[in-house]
Amino acid sequence: MSGVRGAFGGLRQADDARIRGLASVGVRWRALPRPARIAICVAAVAALYLLPLWGSPPLINTPGTDFVDVLATRIAIFVLAAIGLNVVVGQAGLLDLGFVAFYAIGAYTVAVLSAEHGSVPFALAVPVAIAVAMSAGILLGTPTLRLRGDYLAIVTLGFGEIIRIVAVNTDWLGGPRGISNIPKPPNVGPLEFKLLDAKPYYWLALTAIIVVVVFVRRLERSRVGRAWTAIREDEDAAELMGVPTFKFKLWAFAIGAGVGALSGSLYAGRVGFINPGNFPFTLSVLFLAAVVLGGAGNLAGVILGGVVIAYLPERFRGFEDKRFLVFGIALVVMMIFRPQGLIPNRRVAAEMHHAEDNLELANVPGGDLHEPVEGSDDRHDRG
Amino acid sequence: MITASLLVDQFWTFTITGLAQGAIYALVALGYTLVYGVLRLINFAHSEVFMVGTFGALFATRWMGVELGDPTDHGALAVIGFLVVCGLVAMAFSGGTAVALELIAYRPLRRRGAPRLAFLISAIGASFALFEAMAVWQGRNPIPFPRLFEPKELFRFFDASVTQRQVIVVVFAVLMMVALQLFVSKSRLGRGIRATAQDSETARMLGVNTDNTILVTFLLGGIMAGGAALLFLIKDEQTRFNIGFLLGIKAFTAAVLGGIGNLRGALIGGLALGLVENYGAAIFGTQWKDVVAFVVLVVVLMFRPTGLLGEQLGRSRA
Repeated sequence: MSGVRGAFGGLRQADDARIRGLASVGVRWRALPRPARIAICVAAVAALYLLPLWGSPPLINTPGTDFVDVLATRIAIFVLAAIGLNVVVGQAGLLDLGFVAFYAIGAYTVAVLSAEHGSVPFALAVPVAIAVAMSAGILLGTPTLRLRGDYLAIVTLGFGEIIRIVAVNTDWLGGPRGISNIPKPPNVGPLEFKLLDAKPYYWLALTAIIVVVVFVRRLERSRVGRAWTAIREDEDAAELMGVPTFKFKLWAFAIGAGVGALSGSLYAGRVGFINPGNFPFTLSVLFLAAVVLGGAGNLAGVILGGVVIAYLPERFRGFEDKRFLVFGIALVVMMIFRPQGLIPNRRVAAEMHHAEDNLELANVPGGDLHEPVEGSDDRHDRG
Repeated sequence: MITASLLVDQFWTFTITGLAQGAIYALVALGYTLVYGVLRLINFAHSEVFMVGTFGALFATRWMGVELGDPTDHGALAVIGFLVVCGLVAMAFSGGTAVALELIAYRPLRRRGAPRLAFLISAIGASFALFEAMAVWQGRNPIPFPRLFEPKELFRFFDASVTQRQVIVVVFAVLMMVALQLFVSKSRLGRGIRATAQDSETARMLGVNTDNTILVTFLLGGIMAGGAALLFLIKDEQTRFNIGFLLGIKAFTAAVLGGIGNLRGALIGGLALGLVENYGAAIFGTQWKDVVAFVVLVVVLMFRPTGLLGEQLGRSRA
């Protein structure tokens, strides 16, 4: 075994260097004067808006599929869902394995209101979808958020499956055949939402992402965000310090659900046709993978994670039926090389670094989600 | 259509099919529970460990030249021989997969002190890789498993007919669980497992080779899943690359229902889930079976937040 250990020891050093390299980028970024930072952000956002005009950019294009369509229908939707899930998993530290439920509720609410049982315009149906999903989040959270860690995970997983099975078995929701003819988003000025041109959908989703990012960012730095961090790091200590943990966990659930529903309703508006098969458990798993792969708790990381998870299977189309095999292997390899995520949350990265110093003593996982694996003396207090 | 008359009329039939299904859940649940007890980790790829086991048994029948179709030309001894070989091969496949998972997907992460969520994603990646590899290799359609013996009624229990198939499934599952319980509570390696589950750091200081112990834990979970794979094939007579998915979720539910990390809990949880599911299907219709299972899980967890029997692999005395 010593050979294996030696090999990974080498990897660890290389990884350390990379973490430091990345951290220094972060330090330099924060050291920039505020106007410079704003200018860079504006330039980046402008570049993102202009990206689809490029058509099929080299290197990052997707062989065999329309790149702009991938951007609009997969990547933007995934990024939005990942940002929503990050509020729950990354910020409040609640493991949600059924996030697809809220995404589905968003899509189905829009579909039911605007196509199956009414003709509410898309722009009105979306806020209703968000409200419905937030209520569903509170409804699910109230009895279950007293559960900890993995128990919460299985209950949310069950909720995701229940939503899907209900959709399959309820004629009012279209049953297995689903709902078609969902109206497109309304035209704004020269922007026309048509079936073939994916650009307007991309711009719409990108705008939604920016609004949500600003919103979540403000929340993160507010009293609510600090409460979430406290709950994530140590729920008992937070409770003792006077944080109403249950209330804030419920908020995290509801806000995450709302963002998930926004993502789902944009998806419904883009594809115009949904059925229960669009909302499998695998999708929950992929959303979670986006959050963790990017770096749970770090918005930039989560966005990158969403991009990678949505983009890789398209990029791998060259492998044909082996593309999900390659994707799975890529996930394992990425986790081995960057277990803290592509752009780690600063706090998590710092703790991991600390844990690596104590590695010989401690390498059995325990404790909370974001805690690095240390010996786990708290594990038996939870019965 | 909600009706209780079907359940009342055929209560014992539903009970017996539920127990047979539950026994398989319980065997797979043991794999989740063992690994969870020692590592506090949901081994999400365990469903694929089971899936590989079903293919192991399938390959075994092919190597032995068992044909699909008429099973009457096999003698009793030959059937037992086939079953034993299939079971051993399934266990070898499943155990090997479980060990490979630990070595490739988990151990490197532990070495680097990764956060718990990273293990989850690594497990999910491994799970994708495993079932997609199987799909690429064996195709995406269901593959029939040869019927080794014709099911026939062995005895009647009240008004229910009990086939020898159901008896084999339940008896074999219980035997495996008893063997596992004995191994964990009596053997030296089992003591190591319990010590690591209780406090890995102290166990290590006292000379337990925790890395080996963890490997053995994965192997045991794999062997149980291999046994479950054969029983599943006897009962359902087909497999597929994604067969592990739903069964894995159910087995994990069973483990949580009984109290994850608790071996007896896995048995109770598995049987309870099998029964509840079948009763639920009788009352609400088969399509609501899974919803009933999850609702019961939520209700149980609301009143007993750590499952029916609580968590206790580490604390079980010996």
